[in-house]
Amino acid sequence: MRNRRNQRRLSNRVFMEIAEKVIPPRTHYLNATYGVKSWLLTTDHKRIALLYLASVTFFFFLGGLFAVGIRLELLTPKGDIVQAETYNRMFTMHGVVMIFFFLIPAIPAVLGNFLVPLMIGAKDLAFPKINLLSWYIYTLGAAFTVVAIILGGVDTGWTFYTPYSSTYSNGNVVLTGVGAFITGFSSILTGLNFIVTIHTMRAPGLTWFRLPLFIWSHYATSLIMILGTPVIAVTLLLLALERIVHIGIFDPALGGDPVLFQHLFWFYSHPAVYIMVLPAMGVISELVANMTRKNIFGYKFVAFASLAIAVFGFLVWGHHLFVSTQSVYAGMMFSILSYAVAVPSAVKVFNWTATLYKGSISYNTPMLYAFGFIGFFIIGGMTGLFLAALGVDVHVHDTYFVVAHFHYIMVGGTIMGYLGGMHYWWPKITGRMYPEAWARFAALVIFVGFNLTFFPQFLLGYMGMPRRYYAYPEEFQVLNVMSSAGASILGIGYLIPMIYFIWSMRYGPHASANPWGAFGLEWKTSSPPPTLNFEKTPVVTWEAYEFTPRDEMVVVSVRDVLDETLRPRPVGSE
Amino acid sequence: MQVPVPFSPDQASSYSGQVDALYGFLCALTFLVGIVISLVIIYFAIKYRRRDETEVGKPIEGSTKLELAWSIIPFCISMGIFVWGASLYYKMYHAPGEALEVYVVAKQWMWKFQHLDGQREINELHVPVGRKVKLMLTTEDVIHSFFVPAFRVKLDVVPGKYSTMWFEPTKAGRYHLFCAEYCGTSHSGMIGWIDVMEAAEYQSWLSGGAGEGSLASSGEKLFQQLACNTCHRSDAQGRGPVLEGVFGKEVQFQDGQRLIADESYIRESIITPRAKVVAGFQPIMPTFQGQVSEEQLLQLVAYIKSIGAKSPGAASTNAQPAKPAPPQQ
Repeated sequence: MRNRRNQRRLSNRVFMEIAEKVIPPRTHYLNATYGVKSWLLTTDHKRIALLYLASVTFFFFLGGLFAVGIRLELLTPKGDIVQAETYNRMFTMHGVVMIFFFLIPAIPAVLGNFLVPLMIGAKDLAFPKINLLSWYIYTLGAAFTVVAIILGGVDTGWTFYTPYSSTYSNGNVVLTGVGAFITGFSSILTGLNFIVTIHTMRAPGLTWFRLPLFIWSHYATSLIMILGTPVIAVTLLLLALERIVHIGIFDPALGGDPVLFQHLFWFYSHPAVYIMVLPAMGVISELVANMTRKNIFGYKFVAFASLAIAVFGFLVWGHHLFVSTQSVYAGMMFSILSYAVAVPSAVKVFNWTATLYKGSISYNTPMLYAFGFIGFFIIGGMTGLFLAALGVDVHVHDTYFVVAHFHYIMVGGTIMGYLGGMHYWWPKITGRMYPEAWARFAALVIFVGFNLTFFPQFLLGYMGMPRRYYAYPEEFQVLNVMSSAGASILGIGYLIPMIYFIWSMRYGPHASANPWGAFGLEWKTSSPPPTLNFEKTPVVTWEAYEFTPRDEMVVVSVRDVLDETLRPRPVGSE
Repeated sequence: MQVPVPFSPDQASSYSGQVDALYGFLCALTFLVGIVISLVIIYFAIKYRRRDETEVGKPIEGSTKLELAWSIIPFCISMGIFVWGASLYYKMYHAPGEALEVYVVAKQWMWKFQHLDGQREINELHVPVGRKVKLMLTTEDVIHSFFVPAFRVKLDVVPGKYSTMWFEPTKAGRYHLFCAEYCGTSHSGMIGWIDVMEAAEYQSWLSGGAGEGSLASSGEKLFQQLACNTCHRSDAQGRGPVLEGVFGKEVQFQDGQRLIADESYIRESIITPRAKVVAGFQPIMPTFQGQVSEEQLLQLVAYIKSIGAKSPGAASTNAQPAKPAPPQQ
């Protein structure tokens, strides 16, 4: 008996060993082909997303390095660690690198590239070769900027205001401008690719209102990329011409108008804020829906809010010019319009909150990032109301209040959304799980570090500390030290995910096709997906986030909610 | 209205209290919205936490009424904030007729002040408490921004252009003056002080050191040095228009356009004379760009202003005793 049992056990083991050798491992996009060439010449949107991931991660840490320099210098009121000139170059390069090479491409070019075709049931983007081209253009633009940095950088601030940038600065203005100019084209190509793909390549049955909200927000973002980016290209071109051949469009001595530059610059750069934050909002909609296993409350309102933000976003550039000697009446128009763009942003926050009602809320890391995003976005958004209020803006304009505000939106919003999305889709991208406990810990560290870094800056701003100051009066020191302390915590918070993500690529447990029990086409294919995404083209017969059948859906009324939450429950009802 | 707000600079001008009031309101609103939404999120997150791995949420479509409510109510509140903020803004950028005038020239990296009586200062401006002060600012190079946190005022100083701002100091003291628009290497060194003095103290400071005569008289000297007076003769026999009585009056140009002669017009006529040619005259005046500095331009403007039509605030009013500060709570 015993012998026979042993024999059977042995034969099982032998069978497994033979099976592993004979049946090849499942082929997916990561192991379909090997070699550097297979990556650099790939037209697979998923591989291109990973190329972008590598690039933006590099620039995130490069930009972060400049931030470290800034925060170190600001520990003391006097300028002591670096020269004023060096400091000015550091904050400029921090802005240029973070905005043009990290924040703008981060979510669309990494997560968007990876997910848009998967979410709509397509094999790839509409123009796979243009997609690859966009990464090469990005890399070329980045190369120009890196060369500019190596040659000493530029000291104009990322806003390149004339006539300082066109006539007075002795930094590498043209080289940096060319870098940003070139990179703009990669953004245009990505936007174009998304729009065509979303219009023409949706799976059968996937109507517009069945699309995940991630797709809606990427559609809105793509519109801004296509319509706005050419304007910054023209503006940078004019700046280069002004600097090299003095055409006299911005220089008052030649009959130009220096404030015209600010109008042109912000006509793109304000919508660019929405290029950075709309994709993050799309990520948050996915996280909130899937981590509560429930459809988004007011789906259509959230979808249209993205489009409204994209459209109104083009009409508010003048709120950057309230103290620029722009006409008082123009200021008033831009103020009203700025409040108009605040409404759809508020609508999104309310809808995410309402989605939690009667959900099945998970506390996994992606959801923690979603909670963090909503909190930061409330503070970032509400302080936007301060800045749009003309009389208050006059005082806080160009102070640390503005610095704090936009970091709450860009770092608290975009980066929280990006990290939340990276954790959520990591199993799909790599086929591996990240360590959950470490990830929750890192999310907490980032939350604490972020607030400690940027909240004191609101107070500094109202007290009157101007931005871009290398040295400052002593009364501002305490809050600056707090901010620098927070920045070091935040820096550690960003390093932890970097480490465990790399670790998990090799050692993380294998992920199933749908480890979260989430809804959406990307979870209906294996992890990692095959090169062509789906074994066969899916046919969609369900609504977005339809965790439970549609006919059970109810329309909620305020009274129901209040009754439920406020009325004491009869004894023994549960 | 003087509302004390923590982490705010001194309230030292007539509208610092008003700005603080709106700021305080916005802080309270932010706090309220933040707390309410956070509490709702925390409540839901605890009550509806996932208790079982296979559990799904209850499907809820949404509610159009709620959507309308939370679109329209925030919009109405924000329009209220808009009106409040815009009315403050309008006041800040509409200079009063009667005010003490000071001319400011910014350059990398200092602030130069010229008083009408001829006092000049660098990086320090003395003004009396309780008087409205009107600044006319320009710059020799890049854009700067005149920022006095204690007064809650700020205005960019743009090359090729005169900008005006005003404030009324209500509390004697020394207050920070910052450049708020990045202007190059020593941007953070382009700082100074506003010295707000009691009326009597200010009078003695004024009599302390005028030196070179009033701004208008320096302008007059310059007017002769540059030989402006050979064409712009007061007897109407010159090749250029008579400048006596021009300032503050309407001027008609060759192309039929009309304009009230103000500081910017005078400046433009010196720098680019052919931009606007007065009807009945030939465009023969040469440009003085590069020959006169921004400070000299201001002296010329002050001179032409002093011989202009009687306009409020044009003449030196420094000798008047300062009015007492309005009572503040």
